[in-house]
Amino acid sequence: MKSLLKDHAKIIHAIAASEEIIGRKKLQKMVYIAKKLAFPFQERFQFHFYGPYSEELTLRVEELCNMGFLDEVKEKKGGYYQYRYTLTENGKEFLSLSDVSMPNLQECLTDMNNQNARFLELVSTVLYFDTLPEEEVKEKIFTLKSKQRYTDEEVEAAYQYIANLREKAGH
Amino acid sequence: MAYSMEKLREEKVFKDPVHRYVHVRDRVIWDLIGTKEFQRLRRIKQLGTTYLTFHGAEHSRFNHSLGVYEIVRRIADDVFIGRPEWNEDDRLLSLCAALLHDLGHGPFSHSFEKVFDLDHEYFTRAIILGETEVNQVLSRVGKDFPIKVAEVIAKTSKNKLVVSLISSQIDADRMDYLQRDAYFTGVSYGHFDMERILRVMQPREDQVVIKQSGMHAVEDYIMSRYQMYWQVYFHPVTRSAEVILTKILHRAKYLHGQGYSFRSQPIHFYSMFNGEITLEDYIKLDEAIILYYFQMWQEEEDSILRDLCCRFMNRNLYKYAEFEPAKEYKKLAELSVLFEKAGIDPEYYLVVDSSSDLPYDFYRPGEEEERLPIHLLMKNKEIRELSRESEIVDAISGKRRTDHKLYYPADLLQDDSSEPLIKKQIRKLLEMD
Repeated sequence: MKSLLKDHAKIIHAIAASEEIIGRKKLQKMVYIAKKLAFPFQERFQFHFYGPYSEELTLRVEELCNMGFLDEVKEKKGGYYQYRYTLTENGKEFLSLSDVSMPNLQECLTDMNNQNARFLELVSTVLYFDTLPEEEVKEKIFTLKSKQRYTDEEVEAAYQYIANLREKAGH
Repeated sequence: MAYSMEKLREEKVFKDPVHRYVHVRDRVIWDLIGTKEFQRLRRIKQLGTTYLTFHGAEHSRFNHSLGVYEIVRRIADDVFIGRPEWNEDDRLLSLCAALLHDLGHGPFSHSFEKVFDLDHEYFTRAIILGETEVNQVLSRVGKDFPIKVAEVIAKTSKNKLVVSLISSQIDADRMDYLQRDAYFTGVSYGHFDMERILRVMQPREDQVVIKQSGMHAVEDYIMSRYQMYWQVYFHPVTRSAEVILTKILHRAKYLHGQGYSFRSQPIHFYSMFNGEITLEDYIKLDEAIILYYFQMWQEEEDSILRDLCCRFMNRNLYKYAEFEPAKEYKKLAELSVLFEKAGIDPEYYLVVDSSSDLPYDFYRPGEEEERLPIHLLMKNKEIRELSRESEIVDAISGKRRTDHKLYYPADLLQDDSSEPLIKKQIRKLLEMD
């Protein structure tokens, strides 16, 4: 189908590559991080409460659910709800009609999917401020995300994680 | 006297059709308006291709930026002044951020950003922090002042109250563009009682709250916004023009990549084609330059670029049909094959365009939403989320409306001088006959 609905196909591809993504926040951060690793996602991100967030991505995912290509399961976990995303059979068929190819994406997404949403929030925030020196990034994180109480060690782990991901992405 | 405190000897006023007058007393604001980067906004239309649907919509981002500034000035000088929660030191920061919030918008920015992978927010920041006249003015206020302004606009400032004035679900940006766009398009939606809303606004540590007595004015504002999105911003004819504009840029980029020799060399586009755009190149761009190329490319050898430019310049737009991706994606694949057989490249002539809007949403405790709600200040001083009090707002809260359309060139499909049988099949699928 060439470029028709190509941006939709990329998101389906990302979820297929991850097999299952649990949590809207996690999905947002995974796509943002992948985009920062130069995978060609088109959704635009802005800084929100949990770090980079894309209204366009939220919309795209809602559309894909409405189209019957994605399955969204809302489940109660402790005191809050979370959402679980997987591909439907129609989604698999749609993906087979598209020509989306993103080498190394699966390795990166699988790795991210094994991290928790809190850590991915930190990683995506570090990437959002990637033009600033590390000390300033830390200051930003400790000010803007004071409620999350990230430590110096966690920020350093985020930097290390980004370096590893870049290697995996091979861009 | 410190530059930040300096006042003009005589107040300057701009006549404005929405706010009647825009008042400027601060030297800093006057100097910012005079910079070349701010003046450039005169040459960028606020509503992009909407003028092809609503002929009055020729107003610019310059008009809108002044309007947002004026709303924030009224909030700071007439509403918040003297309140303990409001820090007078934030006044100038708020005014500068309001004035400059759209500084990085490029010509027809929606299409441009999509095709060339650009981000106007990045350029807003780059203009404020780079070697520009705007930066020179802001730096005279203080060494850190440009970064403070940039952070408010990017919503990464720790000063959440100032951020919420410029960017929230009830902010000066939206209050100006709804009224301004309604005025210039001539539609009867988009009107609400802004004076009333301003009067009932109160500052809190990290947000603006609305006194309960102003709830009905806010309801009106939210409904106006809903109407404007569907009646103006997502108008299908405007979207058709936007589709063609986007395809022109794609075609030009593609041809450049193929080494095509343009009759009119697109020198202003080269850095974008190559993905190496500098701030200097970006600031030079405006809609006059883009339309110049479109005008010239009507005589290009490449038939697709020529045709698309003729369509845009002469308003020979694509027709559209309702499209339901979930049910019709196979039909789309079929149409794509038929277009190719008919010699009409589906990459440029068969386009699905989607619009979507969420008129109001709120953060539900425990859910992973990201929108800051509108808060009402009740008579007993309790803070309540708007949709808990307003039945009207509750009815539309969290309800996204999405619309998909399929765009195609009806004139080419009706021209049976070539491939008449295939075109007949296409017309049947599109239910044109």
